[in-house]
Amino acid sequence: MHSSPSHPPSGLALRVRGLRKSFLGVEVLKGLDFEVRPGEIFVIMGPSGSGKTVLLKHLIGLTRPDQGEVLVNDRPVDSPEVMEKFRMAMVFQSGALLNSLTVGENVGLYLAEHRLKTPAEIALIVADKLEVVGLKGSEEKMPSELSGGMKKRAAIARALVIEPQLILYDEPTSELDPLSSVVIAEEIFALNQRIGVTSIVVSHDRDLAFGVADRIAFINQGRILAIGTPAEVRAHPDPLLQEFLNASFKPDQAKE
Amino acid sequence: MFNSIGEVVLLFWRTLCAWPHAWRQRQKVYDQFFEIGNASLLMACILSLFIGGVLALQSGPVLAERGLANLIGGIVGLSMCKELAPVMMGILIAGRIGSAMAAEIGSMCVYQEVDALRTMNINPVHYLVLPRLVAIAIALPLLVVFSIMTGWFGGAIVSASNAHIGVSLSAFFSTLKTFVDLQDIGNGLFKSFCFALVIGTVSCHQGLQTIGGPRGIGRSVTKAVVNSIVLILILDYFLTRWLLIFD
Repeated sequence: MHSSPSHPPSGLALRVRGLRKSFLGVEVLKGLDFEVRPGEIFVIMGPSGSGKTVLLKHLIGLTRPDQGEVLVNDRPVDSPEVMEKFRMAMVFQSGALLNSLTVGENVGLYLAEHRLKTPAEIALIVADKLEVVGLKGSEEKMPSELSGGMKKRAAIARALVIEPQLILYDEPTSELDPLSSVVIAEEIFALNQRIGVTSIVVSHDRDLAFGVADRIAFINQGRILAIGTPAEVRAHPDPLLQEFLNASFKPDQAKE
Repeated sequence: MFNSIGEVVLLFWRTLCAWPHAWRQRQKVYDQFFEIGNASLLMACILSLFIGGVLALQSGPVLAERGLANLIGGIVGLSMCKELAPVMMGILIAGRIGSAMAAEIGSMCVYQEVDALRTMNINPVHYLVLPRLVAIAIALPLLVVFSIMTGWFGGAIVSASNAHIGVSLSAFFSTLKTFVDLQDIGNGLFKSFCFALVIGTVSCHQGLQTIGGPRGIGRSVTKAVVNSIVLILILDYFLTRWLLIFD
C-alpha cells in the first residue's frame, strides 16, 4: 500500500482456505473456503452474529486466523509484501473517521502520512473525492458534525484516495435511510465500474446485496451455506436461507 | 502479569526503533508537548510551592531547636531536586497525562480508528505512541525544573516567614547553594526522564489493549495510572541506589 496511487488499479484476487477462528473457546469461523475474482463485487450475507465482520477483518489482515489462510494474489494477506505491493482499503461500519482530525484531514490522511503528494495536491484530491461522494465543501468539518450517512460517505472518500485494488465494506448501509442507502449502493457499483476494483461487501441488506453483487456468499454460524450468483443464491433450497431472504413483518400474523 | 510486562517492553522497543520517524511526526510531538505543558504547568508549580513549604515547616522547627536552622536550605534543596520533584511530578503526570493518553488511544481502539490506521498501512506505533513518548520525555524533565525552583521558593518563604525557623531568604539560598550542585539536579532530571518513558509506554500500551466499550476505556485508564505510579515508585528506589554510586 506504500506505492503511489498514480496509475489506474486493477482488482486483486482473493482466496480463503480453511479459515478457522475461535474467541474464548467459541468457534466463530468453522473452516471457510471461497475465492473472490479480480474486479467482482462479492457480497457476504448472513444473520447477525454469523461471523461476517470477523471474516472481513481476516480478509484485510486485521485479525489472524487460528487455522487456514487468506491469500491476496497468491500471497498471504499479512505478509509485508502484500502491504507494500497492493493497495487495499476498508470502509468500517461506523466510518471509523479519526475524531481528532477534520474531514479533509481524514480523507487525505493516507497521502499525507505516506508523503505521496504535496499538501496542495492533497487538498485538490480531497476536494475531488469529497465531491464524488456528495460531500463537497465539508473539508473543515469535524466528524462529530456529520450524520451517520455522511460519515460513511466520508469514509468511502478516504478509501477512494488510496485508489484501492481491493475495497472492503462493513455493513455500508446499516443505520441509513433508504435514500442514503441507494446513494451508497450506487457509489459501490460506480467505483467498481470506474476503476475495476475488487469489492467485498458485508451486509444483511437484501436490496443492496442483490442490487450490486456479482456473486453472493451466505454465511450462517461460521459456515458458508450457499455461494453463487444472486439468481443461484435466490434459488437455493436451504430453508434458513429462504427464510432469511423472504423474511417480512406480517401484522396479521403478529396480532394472532 | 509477565505477559503485560513483556508487551510493554516490546512496545517500548518498537517505539525506540521508530525513533528515525520522530522528525516527521514533529507537529504531533509539538501538539502533545503543548497539551502536557499547558495542562500541568500551573498545577505542578502550585503543588511544588506547597511541598517545599511543608518540607520547611516540618523540618525547620526541629532543626532550629538543635541550633541547625541554617541547614534548612540544604535539606529543602536536596529533597526537592533529588527526590520530591521528580517523584511528585511523575505521579501528577501519570494521573493527568497518562490517563488522557490511555483514554484517547483506548477510545480510538474501541471505535476502530486504530484499525482504520492499520488498513491504511499507517503504523499506530509511529502515529500514536512515538509523538506522545517523545513529548512526555521532553516535557516531564522541564516540568521538574519548574517544580524544583518553585519548591525551593516555597521552602524559602516559609523559612523566612515562620517565627520558629527564622532563616532569611538570602541565608536559605546561601546554604542551598553550598549543599546542592548541578549533579544533584541532573540526577532528578534523569529520574524524571525515566519516569516519563514509563508513563508514556505504560499508558499507550493500556490504550492499545483496550477492548469493549466505555467500561473497557475506564478499565484501561485506571490500569494505566495505577501501573505507572507503582512502576515509578519501584523504579525510583533502584534508580536512587544506582545514582548513589556516582555521588
